[in-house]
Amino acid sequence: MGNEFDVSRRAFLRGGALVVTFSLLPIGRVLADTEVDTLGTVVLAPDLPGSLRTNPFLDAWVKIDSNGINVYTGKVELGTGVKTALLQIAAERLQVAPAAINFLTADTALTPNEGYTAGSHTIFDSGTALFNAAAQVRKLLMESAAHEWGVEPSSLKTNDGVIESASGQRMTYAQAVQGVDLHRYAEAEPIQARPSDYKLIGHSLQRLDIPAKVSGGAAFVQDMRLPEMLHARVIRPPRPNSTLESFDAQSIKSLPGVVQVIQDGNYLAVVARDEWQAIKAMRNGYALSRWSGGDVIPDAQHIHELLTRLPATRFPISHEGKPTLPSGPSFKAKVTKQYLMHGSIGPSCAVAWFKDGILTVWTHSQGVYPLRTGIAQMVGLPPERVRCIHAEGSGCYGHNGADDAAADAALIAMRMPGKPIRVQWMREQENLWEPYSSAMLTEVQANLDAKGKLQDWNYELWTTPHNERIVNAGRLIAARLIARPFKSAPSIPIAQPEGDGDRNAVPLYTVASTNIDMNFVTVMPFRTSAMRSLGAHINIFAIEACIDELAAKAGSDPVEFRLAHLADPRAKAVIKQARDAFGWPTKTNRPGAGVGFAFARYKNIMGYCAIAVELTVHPQTGEVEIERVVTAVDVGQIVSPDGLRNQVQGGIIQSASWTLYEAVDYDANGVRSYDWSGYPILRFPQLPSKVEVHLIDQPGQPFLGAAEIVQGPMAGAIGNAFANATGQRRLKLPLTRSSNVAHG
Amino acid sequence: MTSTTLNVNGSLHELELDPDMPLLYALRNHLNLNGAKYGCGLGQCGACTVLIDNKPVFSCLTPCSGLESKTIRTVESLGTADRPGKLQQAFIDKQAAQCGYCIAGMLVRAQSLLERDPHPDETTIREYMATNLCRCGTHLRIIEAIKHVAGASHGQ
Repeated sequence: MGNEFDVSRRAFLRGGALVVTFSLLPIGRVLADTEVDTLGTVVLAPDLPGSLRTNPFLDAWVKIDSNGINVYTGKVELGTGVKTALLQIAAERLQVAPAAINFLTADTALTPNEGYTAGSHTIFDSGTALFNAAAQVRKLLMESAAHEWGVEPSSLKTNDGVIESASGQRMTYAQAVQGVDLHRYAEAEPIQARPSDYKLIGHSLQRLDIPAKVSGGAAFVQDMRLPEMLHARVIRPPRPNSTLESFDAQSIKSLPGVVQVIQDGNYLAVVARDEWQAIKAMRNGYALSRWSGGDVIPDAQHIHELLTRLPATRFPISHEGKPTLPSGPSFKAKVTKQYLMHGSIGPSCAVAWFKDGILTVWTHSQGVYPLRTGIAQMVGLPPERVRCIHAEGSGCYGHNGADDAAADAALIAMRMPGKPIRVQWMREQENLWEPYSSAMLTEVQANLDAKGKLQDWNYELWTTPHNERIVNAGRLIAARLIARPFKSAPSIPIAQPEGDGDRNAVPLYTVASTNIDMNFVTVMPFRTSAMRSLGAHINIFAIEACIDELAAKAGSDPVEFRLAHLADPRAKAVIKQARDAFGWPTKTNRPGAGVGFAFARYKNIMGYCAIAVELTVHPQTGEVEIERVVTAVDVGQIVSPDGLRNQVQGGIIQSASWTLYEAVDYDANGVRSYDWSGYPILRFPQLPSKVEVHLIDQPGQPFLGAAEIVQGPMAGAIGNAFANATGQRRLKLPLTRSSNVAHG
Repeated sequence: MTSTTLNVNGSLHELELDPDMPLLYALRNHLNLNGAKYGCGLGQCGACTVLIDNKPVFSCLTPCSGLESKTIRTVESLGTADRPGKLQQAFIDKQAAQCGYCIAGMLVRAQSLLERDPHPDETTIREYMATNLCRCGTHLRIIEAIKHVAGASHGQ
């Protein structure tokens, strides 16, 4: 069903015509070439590096005034440590101490629009922009001083924000900026530096945010307290598209502390003076509302078969080379994944304040500008009267409830002018209403030639969207529930080479021919959107399983087989490093023990990661214990070695949790994963016993991004170790909840 | 509303509270303490952990009524950002946080372990910390930080 080919979009982008076509498109954005610029970013200077492409003016990044040095980024701290890393880059290139910089992250009134903080793009985009802009600003300041003093700029030095001449003249950056206009385009040519001279880049600075987080400081949007702030709770329908039949607003209004009950179509919310009063009012609201109808929820057992029957657009992903008649052994398999949750530890929260005609929203959204567009449309204000300011929340790992909670706060605040409104979602609201990571089905069929080399690679996948970001009001839950609802914009996948459900669907291994297609299912049984690595998790899991199976058929060691099919020396380097550090090949004689290896280059254009895993599958219970994980990564020039290590360790653990344990539990009666008992994730006793991270630095090379490189390779390595341990190739994720119990 | 006296971090506070209000909300909204976090409201994640009479308790589930004679301690009692306590310093040294939302709860739970067993081994730490969830995967560093304090008191 719905198998029309859509070649145009991909061919379009391959031609690099993004800028030209953008202005011709009817709505905000129909094309997204990366996960970050779903809306609102326009390429103004295609030749500039990083986010200078979309924000080419130097003073968008650095402003110097009597208050000191102000540096701006449109990216946000999601808990990955990027705020500190970006500051390191800016301080390095301005040649000042990090503490001398007043560093501001995403705020629609102050910072550049860098779209979303997503897709391992932060250091790649914003880090690259700051790396270049900060150095160029320093150069301009030195030229200004040189002009003033009538000397050659090359004769000057800077020392902690002060320019010094050979004859001992001194001028601060703030003085030097008087003679230069920073409102100018950045230069395309980078200002070179010797990486060995770096004092901040490549060094592990302690993160700025941790002291407050270990001591009860105000660190999160949840911790904001504005004067006369009121507490709101939403009351959601039992399922999407249910209709409100009756609601006893009067009874709730009479409860202690309740100051407002909002009813607008199917949208319900309560506002109270005290948070506990709001919670009690909400609970009463759930009891006193009657609903009918709503979306039909499918059965988890049949979801993958259902995906193949729903309306879909078929996208060709890679059709290279000429398929031949198979001459060697082949491997064919179906691989599946269930819906996953972001599962933030803190449910979404936002504070909004409509005051003096301006609606200000504090939000842990990944994209304040796109959110502003959606909220402005929803509440009927021009975008310039809506200000979205990022405030940290609990880690999100993608598009969770953050934007929707912000929309709730905005909607309620507009009805209560002058009062700051704090909306905190409850655990069950987060679990039932956050966009999930799509259930997926992939089919792989690949074969070897007569010499044991990879020959034809056939791969097809079925997925719902991974990028339902806020391109219009209709992408926000609140806007869909109100009496005059907004409709969500059509779903569009992120194009290759970044990819959507098809992220990393193309193996980096050398193959004679590819035949790879994506069926992009546009009717969503559950609303789905971006979660750390998108389709790469299952695609790499599937590819790496297939590679191991074919290596076995070729009679090759799986690591050597991988090396023999890779041309990129950096790919080979991480594999060799992980292999050697692990002591591959190794085999223990413990019953149920196994080892597995996997590799991927994220999106085939970003960071490299190779992982070896040793685990035990307990023959009686099927429980998996991970003994040892050894990984080697290459993300280009490393900004913060410890920050990188932290991300990689976290990725290993989170991916282990997804791969072994996680699945949204549902049937026709509804979603049962409304709390942690219904959606178990990895806990301390299930941790790998030992994790070893090896970093391969590439001084002077571009930043490639780190946060998502591990998710796929870790899944692949666990899957391969599981097969090695049990002799059974298990391809239904999560591995420990498959219906067939493993026997060693 | 009932007048309730709570002994929090060594000070007595007389508050007008709904008797069924969970302690979490009294701490956050009536005493402006940010440390205890709302995570699930169900005692499943540990983000709200505080010490009551030296035992770790889920403050999201514990009503304020009945706490009058008890001693309540939150992460704020361990030190400040400028003058962190020993365990807090270990978390900073090991950079044992990613988003950090779970971290205050982790610290309080770990503190309760170290108070009753100053030198726990790694298996004990893993078992004891099992009540607390972290989604970022910071577990290994949290264990390192706890072990650092456990080992340091040996004089190692």
